[in-house]
Amino acid sequence: MPAFIQMGRDKNFSSLHTVFCATGGGAYKFEQDFLTIGDLQLCKLDELDCLIKGILYIDSVGFNGRSQCYYFENPADSEKCQKLPFELKNPYPLLLVNIGSGVSILAVYSKNNYKRVTGTSLGGGTFFGLCCLLTGCTTFEEALEMASCGDSTKVDKLVRDIYGGDYERFGLPGWAVASSFGNMMSKEKREAVSKEDLARATLITITNNIGSIARMCALNENINQVIFVGNFLRINTIAMRLLAYALDYWSKGQLKALFSEHEGYFGAVGALLELLKIP
Amino acid sequence: MAECGASGGGSSGDTLVKSITLPPDEVFRNLENAKRFAIDIGGSLTKLAYYSTVQHKVAKVRSFDHSGKDTEQDHEPPYEVSVQEEITARLHFVKFENTYIEACLDFIRDHLVNTETKVLLATGGGAYKFKDLIEEKLQLTVDKEDVMTCLIKGCNFVLKNIPNEAFAYQKDAEPEFRFQTNHANIFPYLLVNVGSGVSIVKVETEDQFEWIGGSSIGGGTFWGLGALLTKTKKFDELLHLASKGQHANVDMLVQDIYGGAHQTLGLSGNLIASSFGKSATADREFSKEDMAKSLLHMISNDIGQLACLYARLHGLDRVYFGGFFIRGHPVTMHTITYSINFFSKGEVQALFLRHEGYLGAIGAFLKGAEQDNPNQYSWGENYAGSSGLMSTSPELCLTQRARSGTFDLLEMDRLERPLVNLPLLLDPSSYVPDTVDLTDDALARKYWLTCFEEALDGVVKRAVASQPESVDAAERARKFRQKYWSKLQTLRHQPFAYGTLTVRSLLDTREHCLNEFSFPDPYSKVKQKENGIALRCFQCVVRALDALGWEERQLALAKGLLAGNVFDWGAKAVSDVLESDPQFGFEEAKRKLQDNSGIDLILGVFPFVRELLLRGTEVILACNSGPALNDVTYSESLIVAERIAAMDPIIHSALQEERLLLVQTGSSSPCLDLSRLDKGLAVLVRERGADLVVIEGMGRAVHTNYHAALCCESLKLAVVKNAWLAERLGGPLFSVIFKYEVPAE
Repeated sequence: MPAFIQMGRDKNFSSLHTVFCATGGGAYKFEQDFLTIGDLQLCKLDELDCLIKGILYIDSVGFNGRSQCYYFENPADSEKCQKLPFELKNPYPLLLVNIGSGVSILAVYSKNNYKRVTGTSLGGGTFFGLCCLLTGCTTFEEALEMASCGDSTKVDKLVRDIYGGDYERFGLPGWAVASSFGNMMSKEKREAVSKEDLARATLITITNNIGSIARMCALNENINQVIFVGNFLRINTIAMRLLAYALDYWSKGQLKALFSEHEGYFGAVGALLELLKIP
Repeated sequence: MAECGASGGGSSGDTLVKSITLPPDEVFRNLENAKRFAIDIGGSLTKLAYYSTVQHKVAKVRSFDHSGKDTEQDHEPPYEVSVQEEITARLHFVKFENTYIEACLDFIRDHLVNTETKVLLATGGGAYKFKDLIEEKLQLTVDKEDVMTCLIKGCNFVLKNIPNEAFAYQKDAEPEFRFQTNHANIFPYLLVNVGSGVSIVKVETEDQFEWIGGSSIGGGTFWGLGALLTKTKKFDELLHLASKGQHANVDMLVQDIYGGAHQTLGLSGNLIASSFGKSATADREFSKEDMAKSLLHMISNDIGQLACLYARLHGLDRVYFGGFFIRGHPVTMHTITYSINFFSKGEVQALFLRHEGYLGAIGAFLKGAEQDNPNQYSWGENYAGSSGLMSTSPELCLTQRARSGTFDLLEMDRLERPLVNLPLLLDPSSYVPDTVDLTDDALARKYWLTCFEEALDGVVKRAVASQPESVDAAERARKFRQKYWSKLQTLRHQPFAYGTLTVRSLLDTREHCLNEFSFPDPYSKVKQKENGIALRCFQCVVRALDALGWEERQLALAKGLLAGNVFDWGAKAVSDVLESDPQFGFEEAKRKLQDNSGIDLILGVFPFVRELLLRGTEVILACNSGPALNDVTYSESLIVAERIAAMDPIIHSALQEERLLLVQTGSSSPCLDLSRLDKGLAVLVRERGADLVVIEGMGRAVHTNYHAALCCESLKLAVVKNAWLAERLGGPLFSVIFKYEVPAE
């Protein structure tokens, strides 16, 4: 951020515009810096407002003639998995799950009627942070690259590890994770896993948890379409497919997981729309 | 405690300790007759349960066979007191680390005499691993039971049978522990078991429960990730690190993103926006403590959030937490409570269980005992034999904890008769028997603990004196003293060890300890003598009362009831009459009657009862089921009534016509818990339409029930014989409490 502000000053952004629409937490945090260093006045906008306006707008204009939204068919099957467009004909009510450093979950009832249902601190920042600590990686891309090669079942304790198979009493399949990082309680197992395995396990853990919370919120709010956005999902097909599968499996097909082509830009788009309103 | 033959292994059960020297009366008590074993083997802890009979010495009373003879013999006691062996049933639970399993099994095999048991019920993840070992060592078949079923069964059992089992925890609050009163109906409730993973179970009835959800982020995650990040191998050490950490160094908070102006999002700046959110950007190393703390928050918050979502979906407002992750550790309980409060906006309450570690073993045991129908009985926690909460708390210095936490015990006595609420309680769900909460009131607590410490010598002396023929009475009394003394010290440091601390629980603990060392009724001989003397005075006293005018008599009767020495200041009118009676050895009687229990009942209660009967009132006279201090017991009361009936036609006909009924209260305490009364008494109260309740004595009317609200008229009487209490209540020593209450409309 400091580099960007410096660039703005160097390139004299302030001579182009005097109003700079900004949203997100940084709009508040860096407001002073923008003013004093870059001579730029920020017009702060509510982040969730922008997010929603952004999504609805982008969906309405579409993506090269196609729908902005899509879903996964057969998400668990690597061969058969397909990304299919989804027309958000009846967008309301919609559960919007924004996965950034942290997660915010919003229930949207109409263009101007929405509320923040809840959030969780186990988000993209957690995945990235834990990966850095566990594997020594330095970029998000690197973390994802490692995760794509790892085997989380070495790290996690599965239902079948405890019960020798499915736990029928509770209807739990043997492949379900009983305890994330549960195998890491044992010294031998800790020494037997690779960085890739750890990265994968971190990704799975965070993703499954978000899916779980989203599913419970959807149930409590009586909403059956859930859209996942946010930069955590950028180039992160593993997470998206996992969310799609988990939501479908645990809700017995009642919930649909939707995604969006431009997952991380809605806040900015929303802010832009506000700017365009200003004469 | 136990000395190990080999050093204990790590938490992953690497090496088994082969031999240990266990003091037998400390850990595996009453093992010879043990039957019905159940075992719950978790990841690192084993809980063993067994059912055993305990032989007690009990003082029994029996009427002499008089066959119509006149009872005016001076030296003959009114009834005979004999000491007999009685067998009661007790459940024992022992908790120890898996490393000690082999040694413990050997110990059990060597001391077990009963060969009837053929099957042992096992549950828990570890049951797989140790099945063969158990079968080989104990020559029993191991039957595996489903872990969740056992957990729920155990949970239902403790919630119903152990008073103050559940509690809410609030760090930095006074008091930290808020114990909950047991409700008659505990269903439906949500149980969140946090072991390696999280299971969320909705319990609808005794036998109906459903797994409604879960999470893979649980204790195993904390332990696994914690081990990876901090290189700390032991779970308790991780918790210890966490208690010292600052999570804000590792987590990204809302204020870190917003720089302070977070009101727009409606969130507090201190809220964690992203767990471990700072560990990606900084180049520096993070301290173990900070990472452990962050991990703890991350996991606790997640569990709390999920629990709230499920609670909301199912319309429940209380959630019980169990599992090794919780384990009574203050930091964990605090973070979970905080999380629940936050995510439910205060609508859902997080509750913990004193005996959560034993739920699986209790449940496995109950499953095996089904044919005995354990639910038909009432059970009570035995304070002498139970270790109490927090005996394994990692907050204590680690080495101290390692030693004292090796074996943890729980003992529950099976009570002979089921216990229920008094039907006349105005609001059973809010009834709390105790007048003062010593866990809450620090001054009162200090006073009473010191009081009981100081009284110990006298109690020991009396115990020894009550068994003059016994060779080992002095030795047993010494052991009693040691045991009770150490309980008092435990309570000084951990007042919440057995639930809410009250004068009642201190008295009851003392009774349990006395019983433990075969001093079931130190006052039995004294009571026998007093009753004898009082009986001989009865007719004279009654004649003197009858001679009084109506109003004078009412006053005299009331004073006589007040457990004071009727001759000293109580019923002066009576003593005036008696004094003038040449036949009645007034001076002699006055000298001999010291302890007042005989007077209390025979010269105070019975004349009062007699007056009520004359007015046409029916009377139910309820006395203790078991001895406590010098209070009259039910069996003694039967004999006394029989003797009085022989002297007094009014009492005689009332007994014959069942207008005077004698019952037992179900209690063996100097205090009275109206929510745990003998079912027979409750039924009688309801059937006969009792509309006046009279409670007499400091234990029953002041230490307990002083504030009890009934839905009928009540009379609470006592003389305050304790200076401190008198001052507390606002009066001088020996003040009289004569509290007549009418229920509010």
